[in-house]
Amino acid sequence: MAKLILNRLSKAFETGGRAAVNDVSLEVRDGGFLALLGPSGCGKTTVLRMIAGFEQPTDGSILLGDRVLADAGEMVAPEHRNMAMVFQSYALWPHMSVADNVGYPLKVRGVTGERRNAKIREALAAVRLEAYADRRPADLSGGQRQRVALARCLVTEPDVVLLDEPLANLDRHLRQEMEETFREFHQRSGATMIYVTHDQAEAMALATDVAVMSEGRLLQVASPQEIYARPEGRLVGGLVGQGAIVAWPAASAQTRQLDWDVLQQLLSRSHGADYADILIRPQDVEIAGEGVPARVTSVLFEGERYALKLALGDEQALRAFSRQPVKVGDMVSIVIRSAWRL
Amino acid sequence: MFRSQNQGNSQPRWLFSFVVVVIFFLSVLPLGRLAATGFSSLFSGGARALLSDPVVWQAVYDTLTTSILGMIAAVILGGGFALLLTLFDVRGKTALGFLFMLPTMIPPQVTALSWIGMTGPSSALLKAIGMAPPLGSPQPLYSIGGIALLYGVQNAPLVFLSLRAGLLALPRDGVEAARLSGASSWQVLKDIILPLSLPGFVAGAAIAFVSCVGNFGIPAILGIPASIYTLPTLIYSKFAAFGPNTFADVSLLSGLIAILSVIGLTVEERVLRGRDYRVIGLSGQVAMFRLGNWRLIGELVLWLAIFITLVMPLTALIASSLAPAYGVPLTPATATLDAYREVLFKQAITRTAFTNSVSLSLATALGLLVVTVLTGYYLVRSKSKVAPVLSALAEIPYALPGIVLAVALILVFAAPIPIIGVSIYGTIWIILVAYFSSFFAVSLKPVVSAFRQLDPSLEEAARLAGAGFGRRLTDIVVPLVAPAAGASVILVFLIACNELTVSAILWSAGTQTLGVAIYNLDDSGSFNLAAALSVLVVIMVIAMMLVLELMAKRLPKGVVPWRS
Repeated sequence: MAKLILNRLSKAFETGGRAAVNDVSLEVRDGGFLALLGPSGCGKTTVLRMIAGFEQPTDGSILLGDRVLADAGEMVAPEHRNMAMVFQSYALWPHMSVADNVGYPLKVRGVTGERRNAKIREALAAVRLEAYADRRPADLSGGQRQRVALARCLVTEPDVVLLDEPLANLDRHLRQEMEETFREFHQRSGATMIYVTHDQAEAMALATDVAVMSEGRLLQVASPQEIYARPEGRLVGGLVGQGAIVAWPAASAQTRQLDWDVLQQLLSRSHGADYADILIRPQDVEIAGEGVPARVTSVLFEGERYALKLALGDEQALRAFSRQPVKVGDMVSIVIRSAWRL
Repeated sequence: MFRSQNQGNSQPRWLFSFVVVVIFFLSVLPLGRLAATGFSSLFSGGARALLSDPVVWQAVYDTLTTSILGMIAAVILGGGFALLLTLFDVRGKTALGFLFMLPTMIPPQVTALSWIGMTGPSSALLKAIGMAPPLGSPQPLYSIGGIALLYGVQNAPLVFLSLRAGLLALPRDGVEAARLSGASSWQVLKDIILPLSLPGFVAGAAIAFVSCVGNFGIPAILGIPASIYTLPTLIYSKFAAFGPNTFADVSLLSGLIAILSVIGLTVEERVLRGRDYRVIGLSGQVAMFRLGNWRLIGELVLWLAIFITLVMPLTALIASSLAPAYGVPLTPATATLDAYREVLFKQAITRTAFTNSVSLSLATALGLLVVTVLTGYYLVRSKSKVAPVLSALAEIPYALPGIVLAVALILVFAAPIPIIGVSIYGTIWIILVAYFSSFFAVSLKPVVSAFRQLDPSLEEAARLAGAGFGRRLTDIVVPLVAPAAGASVILVFLIACNELTVSAILWSAGTQTLGVAIYNLDDSGSFNLAAALSVLVVIMVIAMMLVLELMAKRLPKGVVPWRS
């Protein structure tokens, strides 16, 4: 196996308009688990479909190791890529039993008899569906169908497994269970996995790397921790975690990680200084006796704490947590322990 | 470098060429040939003799009067039925709908025969109940009015379907909003429902008109004895009296039919294009009005209409088939099955006709299926701008009256086929080719609707599993469209088996079809044999319609033509 490389990949559809995917370069290491994160319409599904071979790039190329899978001139058909995919609709064949669905990639490859049956059993066991081998997909629940689709990916040891918003159609309880299944699946199979989602929590929880896309462009690729701590630009900062973005006279700051002393200094020298966007996470906002004044605009009781929305003196919004109950309209003093210049 | 936009698509390269070749041979070539012959005779002056012949203009006039009157009858009958059945709380809707749709599937020549059996001095049914007019009095249906009336009965289901589709899509909340605004039932009907369903009326009327213009069976049986010729029967008689100008003449005459049809089809297409506003609001739930005390009367009217247009003519047909000889009164003592014995076992001609029709229809239905699965797959999956054009070209031969296509094929095949030097004119093969061309659209439609309903990811999953095109087709695609494919086979078989127009022009000794056999038996005076054969045909039609009715739940919407 080898790493998957997207090299300046672009896709423009014949209908015109802006390119669906624009100059995306990305490397997924062998055995990595990459989440493609972005709002709907950002081009992430198009990237996935180009990797699968359902769409041809209009520019750039896709490589698996040294092998060119696709460029603007030629491409390897999906049936010859040794990839597997879990579709948003699961794409189980309604006229085949669960075992036949799972075993179909083997049948196509000419694997027959006891070897095939053993592999099917193994794959179904991995998703804990051994007892359902003879059922039809229509007789299964949503989560079970999802697991059949996953088992179908397992049987052939594919180089790359693609997942297209696989949890979008499931309820919250099932999502957590399936997230666990995906993690387990990744560890067991060692396959390179690419996971498309618009849910940042899902991406952070599952992936070893997160790639954030917007309007066809790739904004940042990094580990979940890195992306959370050091996002690049407003879009990524707004998409990952639940921080508030505030304009602060911080353009001249030496570092990007800013603590309270620095923030206070910047504020005191603010005349004539250039403003920059800074990202402030709610857990870094402390309600203290001293600091800058803020007005409480909304209070939401979450059980373990209160989630507050605050307005600074210049009406910029901020999020914070509080252990003590506060009322809408109260004035509080806050200290910002840490902020990140975007 | 060579850029292939098709690689991301699932189709192999040869599929496009295949579809183009199929559509070229089934649609473009025959119709192009017809147009070429028509134009060349128009410009070479050969047309002057034909166009100055008063018989032609009389035929145009008669075609127009019968078709327009027939269209009006169809609108009244079909429109009334659709409104009553869709909007009001009458009971037995399924049965009424099915029975009302039957005439459209019964071959026109059989409809004509059964109505003749119901009226006129020699009606076995009227004689049996002692109500026959005196011998020598004229058969009232051998007239413009008679032809128009039967056009109306035959084509009322087309109006019914078109209007019903529109009515079913009427938003219920729109009706409820009008009610809350204070409108009475009558005002709602007048101000909301009728204006919104007008496109359905007009489109249905336009299709009925086109169908009347191209009808051959009814004017052949009712018109020819009274020397009333419509354009299709005039073409038929030109072929019967074959002369040096025949090809040029019939190509011009069928050009006239094609022009009338295109006018009708254009009206239909225009009207339906402007119908988009009907999707506003929650549709699906049909608005329904309570008839209250009027319900029983409404139901009686509906059943009476079924009785007059369907039950009585079919009873008359059965009575005629049981009568010992033409004009002999039918009583329980004289009733005989001789006619059935004759057509089933004794007459070589009817047995040949059975064999011919069944094998032609089977070959057409199954052969077309192979073609339409591939074509339908291309038309649905292709993102190319050519696909809608090909789709439209595939529709034309069925949209045009069958007689136009028959003439076009004669022009193509009158001379031996180039290169192989074989002539199929006068053989059964030309009928087979004509059926392929004629019923291509019939076979294609269910398959295309099934493909449209198919989630593309089912096939994409098979691609990633490693399955190539042929493999996917056999393992995934075909099993999933199988119910629609089955419906397509039955529909084509049903329509081809009952067809008369195409084979009336193309048959020769030994290649007669069921439709031709019925027509010839009637023409030669063996009315009871024609009636017996017709009864058998009707039984077959009803049986097949019932099979499709039972399959309907598993089929995509719009596949079974009499359901909407």
